[in-house]
Amino acid sequence: MKVGALKETTEGEARVAVTPSSAAHLQKLGHEVFVQSGAGELAGFSDALYERAGVTVLPDAAALTDAVDTIVKVRPPSEDELGRMDEGQNLISFFYPGQNAELLEKARERGVNVLAMDMVPRISRAQKMDALSSMANIAGYRAVIEAANNFGRFFTGQVTAAGKVPPAKILIVGAGVAGLAAIGAATSLGAQVYAFDVRPEVAEQIESMGAEFVYLDFQDSQDGSETGGYAKPSSPEFLAKQLEKFRELAPDMDIVITTALIPGRPAPKLWTADMVEMMRSGSVVVDLAAERGGNCDLTVPDQKIVTDNGVTIIGYTDFPSRMAAQSSELYGNNVRHMLADLTPGKDGTLVHNMDDDVIRGSTVTYQGDITYPPPPPKVQAIAAAKPKERQRELTVEERRANEIAAFREQTRSQVGMLVAGGAVMLLIGLFAPASFLSHFIVFVLACFVGFNVIWNVAHSLHTPLMAVTNAISSIVILGALMQIGSGSAWVVILGALAVLMTAINIFGGFLVTRRMLSMFQKS
Amino acid sequence: METTVITTAPDNAVVIQGAPGLMEALPAYGFTTATYVVAAVLFILSLGGLSGQESAKRAIWYGIVGMGLAVLATLFGPGVGNWWLSILMIAIGGTVGFFLAKRVQMTEMPQLVAGMHSLVGLAAVLIGLNAQIELGRVLRLGRTVLEPNPDPVALERAGAAWASLRGFAAMLAHKTPAEIAMLKIEVALGVFIGAVTFTGSVVAYGKLAGKIDGKPKKVRGGHMTNLAAALASLLFMILYVAGVGPGLFWLVLIMLLAGFIGWSLIMGIGGADMPVVVSMLNSYSGWAAAMIGFTLSNDLLIVTGALVGSSGAILSYIMCRAMNRSFISVILGGFGGEAGPAMAIEGEQIAIDAESVAQALNEADSVVIVPGYGMAVAQAQQSVSELVRKLRAAGKQVRFAIHPVAGRLPGHMNVLLAEAKVPYDIVLEMDEINDDFPSTDVAIVIGSNDIVNPAAQEDPNSPIAGMPVLEVWKAKNVFVSKRGQGTGYSGIENPLFYKENTRMFYGDAKKSVDSLLPLID
Repeated sequence: MKVGALKETTEGEARVAVTPSSAAHLQKLGHEVFVQSGAGELAGFSDALYERAGVTVLPDAAALTDAVDTIVKVRPPSEDELGRMDEGQNLISFFYPGQNAELLEKARERGVNVLAMDMVPRISRAQKMDALSSMANIAGYRAVIEAANNFGRFFTGQVTAAGKVPPAKILIVGAGVAGLAAIGAATSLGAQVYAFDVRPEVAEQIESMGAEFVYLDFQDSQDGSETGGYAKPSSPEFLAKQLEKFRELAPDMDIVITTALIPGRPAPKLWTADMVEMMRSGSVVVDLAAERGGNCDLTVPDQKIVTDNGVTIIGYTDFPSRMAAQSSELYGNNVRHMLADLTPGKDGTLVHNMDDDVIRGSTVTYQGDITYPPPPPKVQAIAAAKPKERQRELTVEERRANEIAAFREQTRSQVGMLVAGGAVMLLIGLFAPASFLSHFIVFVLACFVGFNVIWNVAHSLHTPLMAVTNAISSIVILGALMQIGSGSAWVVILGALAVLMTAINIFGGFLVTRRMLSMFQKS
Repeated sequence: METTVITTAPDNAVVIQGAPGLMEALPAYGFTTATYVVAAVLFILSLGGLSGQESAKRAIWYGIVGMGLAVLATLFGPGVGNWWLSILMIAIGGTVGFFLAKRVQMTEMPQLVAGMHSLVGLAAVLIGLNAQIELGRVLRLGRTVLEPNPDPVALERAGAAWASLRGFAAMLAHKTPAEIAMLKIEVALGVFIGAVTFTGSVVAYGKLAGKIDGKPKKVRGGHMTNLAAALASLLFMILYVAGVGPGLFWLVLIMLLAGFIGWSLIMGIGGADMPVVVSMLNSYSGWAAAMIGFTLSNDLLIVTGALVGSSGAILSYIMCRAMNRSFISVILGGFGGEAGPAMAIEGEQIAIDAESVAQALNEADSVVIVPGYGMAVAQAQQSVSELVRKLRAAGKQVRFAIHPVAGRLPGHMNVLLAEAKVPYDIVLEMDEINDDFPSTDVAIVIGSNDIVNPAAQEDPNSPIAGMPVLEVWKAKNVFVSKRGQGTGYSGIENPLFYKENTRMFYGDAKKSVDSLLPLID
């Protein structure tokens, strides 16, 4: 099949959907690869590089659209681009079908099969094609770099001959992929990083990246697993509490990076104008949600502004495009993994399997029908978090009541066992001779001693325990020794055999235990 | 109950003459009993000392001294004859035991322990049979003595024989009928438990040594056959105690039936449950010893048997709890019926080569190794130890995570790692390390399967649902060293192998680890 990448027409977009290295992988799948001339120029991939990778370079978009069956690109297609496509052609790109209803309708009219890279379901098998994550990763990193570029100070704290430099304090709001990437980049530059997220379960991830989780004491926190790992809107009470916390933090923060997005909704306003006012002059706010209206009140999409009190607010929406070589590489790989799933036979034939969760989920138009929104995937994205037992602080009375109940329960079971045991004993005592009972007492007591002693044996010493108890159980040698002196020949023979076997056991058991124990050593 | 076998024949002077023999022995008997008390205390200390690695080294000496004292006291005690034969047998047995203990590989420890249990079981059976033979002899003599119209010659001979009864037989001669009935119950139970222990241990040995197929095999009729055999032996036991017919014959029948039960019971249990089986047999051998103790009226035997019996029972309980299964279901064999279809597994097993594993290890700060039976089979413990040494030398935190039922014997892995000179303070139990997996960079699973199966937590329909497992999948990277794509002993798929952060490192565990060694810097 023929796969072709268009040159992006959106202004400022430098990425390209096929790189020379991803083209090589596509060719291995049996596809023929085309690019529009100059498609990779801005990302650093010249036409010559493509040609060297065996890619056919076509002069313009029209020629390319005619030549191929499947078009891959980054941004959603323009009306023109879609207009040039014919029935039965496939398009793989970001599409945002939720926001672009008109475009979706147009694609349906044209009979184009659209696979939206932003609709890839969040299941582990599909992670390799999750372009949102790979782009968010880049955006998070780049946000820190932009912040550093506009922040007139060091990130890392230093004590130099010329004076002491405190470390920069960075707050990252929203610990999704972008947030975590930003934490990583910021901590490795030496900043002190704080991070906040509405999903308490990400606290562990935040801390694993080296940032401090800003803890919000609130009862009704979210379980992100229900929503496929994304956040959902918070209750007004929660939001109020959250803003209160941010207000408390705002004066101390040098850099704030906001990444809070809720799928299919405008970005929540989390960094209000008054917080910006509280920040010191020279501070920087980077708003990664600018495209959806921004998390900060003052954000102007696609622009960098400086407020009256000297705070820089960066509202760029093209962070991945600012690192076009890297993001094209990753996006190209996402696309080629998608194509790999579409060509299961690796023979260049496209199989559009609508029973496959990943392919079904990403397909938004298929054979003249709109197939968006997809049914929920068969596989749960993330295992549902086990309901956390909220350990309620018990009052003193309740605790005492519990203790008393537990004590009563214990007493009851113990008394019950004692009564039952006592009854059995009495029964035995009624029938068994006294000489037996005196031995029986010894037996029962020894069982108790054994029971109490063995619980303390270290787990790692269970094998030596078995060997040593095995050796000790050879104490039956005493019985054999007492019988061997008998007058009966049979008894002597059997007794001698018993002595022999138990002697093997005694020596073997103790020696092997000693051998094992001598091997245990401390580091 | 003051009527005894002796005094029911008041007109018989011969019988009275027998008494002084016993009286002479009494002072020595006091000495023996005192020694037994010391030995019992030493045994308790010996088991209690196993609570820590360091105290265990001392504890084992308590056991040895206790055993030595007990044997010496018995040899010098009352009523022991054939001194030289005893010494000779002990010497031969000791030599055999010595060489066994020196020769055995640490990986063969499970079968050695199982094999040794069979010896204790067999010895208990033999002693029980002996007791019956002696009892029969004494009773016959007693009958002759009590003949209403005794033939003078026979009576005199019987009287002389009665007087010459020594040791155990002399003790039997002084028992009341009620005591004799009790004794017979004890003998029958001792023989029964001993025979179950013997055949069960032999089968366990065969399975562990790979001489018998490890898969569970059900005898035709399954539990019903076993139940029938148990009921039949109960019947014979009643006949035996009631004194109907030939006592020894019943006893031999009980022995054979018990042997069958032991055989079929252990044949029905799969290899994965062997830790429970071995500790259960250990417990049985203890109970058999205790029963023999009752038979011989020997308190040391009773104490020691009870100690061993309860220790084995508790170990079995600990093992069962670690597998979240009831003791009964393990013993009766096989997993319970499937509750529903197992969860479908998403994804694919992705293989990886040594270079990539080594690279990940070189980059990691914390590494956790989860060994299993596969490591023992491949004899990879030395290589693993060398790998750990290198990684630790590079300043990485390396720890071992041991599941309670890893291997084929409780604590099997600990012993293997100790043999390979892995320091025991980096070898941790499941509860100690399970919380640390999320902060672990690399988890290496070497030859274990079911104990790291996430299905136990995620899939309520899994046969192992609810079994506590090591949560290795929470580590950033998981490498599974495995021979092929087969399933574990329980025969169920392991979703761990399909996880996104899991890579399969196929090949023999020892070769795989060896191939890593030169690549670690």
